[in-house]
Amino acid sequence: MDRDMILEARDLTIKFGGLTAVHSFKARIGKGSIVGLIGPNGAGKTTCFNMMSGFYRPTEGRVIFNGRDITGMPPHLVCRAGIARTFQNIRLFGNGTVLQNVMVGCHVRQKSNWLHNLFYLPSNLREERAVAAKSLELLKVVGLESFADEKSRSLPYGAQRRLEIARALATEPNFLLLDEPAAGMNPQETNELMDFIRKIRTEFNLTILLIEHDMKVVMGVCEHMWVLDYGETIAEGPPESIRKNPRVIEAYLGEECVADA
Amino acid sequence: MDRKTKILLNVAAAAVLSLFLWWAQESFGGYRIQILNLIAINAILALSLNLIYGFTGMFSLGHAGFMAIGAYTCSILILPETQKEMLFILVSPYSWVQAAQAPFFLAVIGGGLVAAFAGLLVGIPLLRLGDDYLGIATLGFAEIIRVLANNIPRLTNGALGFKGIPDYANIWWNFGWFIITLYCIARIINSNLGNVFMAIRDDEAAAKAMGINIFRYKLLSFTIGAFFAGVGGALLASLLTTIDPKMFLFTLTFNVLMIVVTGGLGSLTGSVLASIGITILMEWLRFVESPIFIGSFELKGIPGMRMVVFSLALLFIILFRREGLMGMREFRWDWLFGKFSKRGSANGS
Repeated sequence: MDRDMILEARDLTIKFGGLTAVHSFKARIGKGSIVGLIGPNGAGKTTCFNMMSGFYRPTEGRVIFNGRDITGMPPHLVCRAGIARTFQNIRLFGNGTVLQNVMVGCHVRQKSNWLHNLFYLPSNLREERAVAAKSLELLKVVGLESFADEKSRSLPYGAQRRLEIARALATEPNFLLLDEPAAGMNPQETNELMDFIRKIRTEFNLTILLIEHDMKVVMGVCEHMWVLDYGETIAEGPPESIRKNPRVIEAYLGEECVADA
Repeated sequence: MDRKTKILLNVAAAAVLSLFLWWAQESFGGYRIQILNLIAINAILALSLNLIYGFTGMFSLGHAGFMAIGAYTCSILILPETQKEMLFILVSPYSWVQAAQAPFFLAVIGGGLVAAFAGLLVGIPLLRLGDDYLGIATLGFAEIIRVLANNIPRLTNGALGFKGIPDYANIWWNFGWFIITLYCIARIINSNLGNVFMAIRDDEAAAKAMGINIFRYKLLSFTIGAFFAGVGGALLASLLTTIDPKMFLFTLTFNVLMIVVTGGLGSLTGSVLASIGITILMEWLRFVESPIFIGSFELKGIPGMRMVVFSLALLFIILFRREGLMGMREFRWDWLFGKFSKRGSANGS
């Protein structure tokens, strides 16, 4: 990884009471790459996400984003700095329409304030129109433009996942964290998702970090990955080396399988 | 339908409303005009509570407190000096209370601003609390305001309250302020800021991840809501011409809450319709409190029976139609014209 670093996790450790959920997680992520974070359930993957996106403050360690220390910044400032995320259990604004959901994402880059709204300022009207147009554009990217006026909670599951990604893209991130994007998708949808992830990477100039259980997705799109188990990083490297790593096989399948192999 | 047509239609609707008011003023008696006035004020209060509770999802029971602040501020500013001298019989007022004077429009704005400031002050500590806790804390705030009004006689004339407040609040002022309130809140709700409020209501964590400073926007919504609650209180003071601390009990908040829930949390149209409906019912149901004759048998009238009927009604709404009259739907011109054109095409075929 000789490219410029976009995000660096330096020895991230977080303790909840006596439990060390993640211990000394190190990662250096190059600009424009697609990387993965895997591990069995409860390994601390989402906790890592939460530390990078400002939802948790790490007990020790630092998060450096674009050369800037963002450790302990509140989530809304992390988002403003250029990190967007999705959630493992989809969290849409259920009562809003699909379009409104994406428009909320645009808000962080809007300049006018609420007083401009009251007085019908032309600059504000222009901006609101631009936001609606941009949101519609993003819905086209994820293929949901025909649902723009539907309530977001009425969408089918896969579409909700894509809407969450569109909403995250609306905040104009440089770095996108995807938490189990393929969860609940059938093989066909999973294939489409892999192409989609590659497509948005180039189209929006993104670096993408994803958590995923579906090995096909991780092995297929990631250039580099980290494997967590009980909060410890047990392996790191490109997909081929991870696939053969005995500690990874042990973590996923248990000890006997390693012996058999 | 483009934006210009909609603005024209809105202006036309306002013109129709003022024509109706003009006609009502000529042909209605004082009692009916009073009901019209109460409709406008209730609508202002319901819209402001709906912004806080229905659109931003903050369960606030502090409306009576904001109304009290607005009412007292406005009254102090419009009471003539001679009237103040007559009112403060037990203790003399602070000299600035005695001297304060402002024209009615500014006095109402002043009432709103002081209420908004109070909203800002209590909002900073309280809005960090979640749902029910916020409700309890804001209820406490409203009670504190009432107790303060009782116990700072040099400012509020204590339990005696104010009498003889000039009755400037005629239907023009009340409905004028109703239109201003409706316009401001509708502008906010229909802009992307409204989407942000909705986002905070539906999922705070996701809203944070979208770069929204939750606390700031909650505070903004709460303060704007408090402003219009203060305006409503100020108008009410001038309409009733007499206020005292007992008026601002929890039941006042409850009335507004009832209107908002009946109309639909998250629907401005619902709030306006429910204000009309409930204010009229409130008067019409007075007959249940007067003696009723069934043949020769006489049922004694029980004062307060109306509220029992309303409580039952609210119970039924919560049980069977939880989303209220309108749910989260709004009246839209497109919808109205859609109906017409559909009917038109049906007739044609």
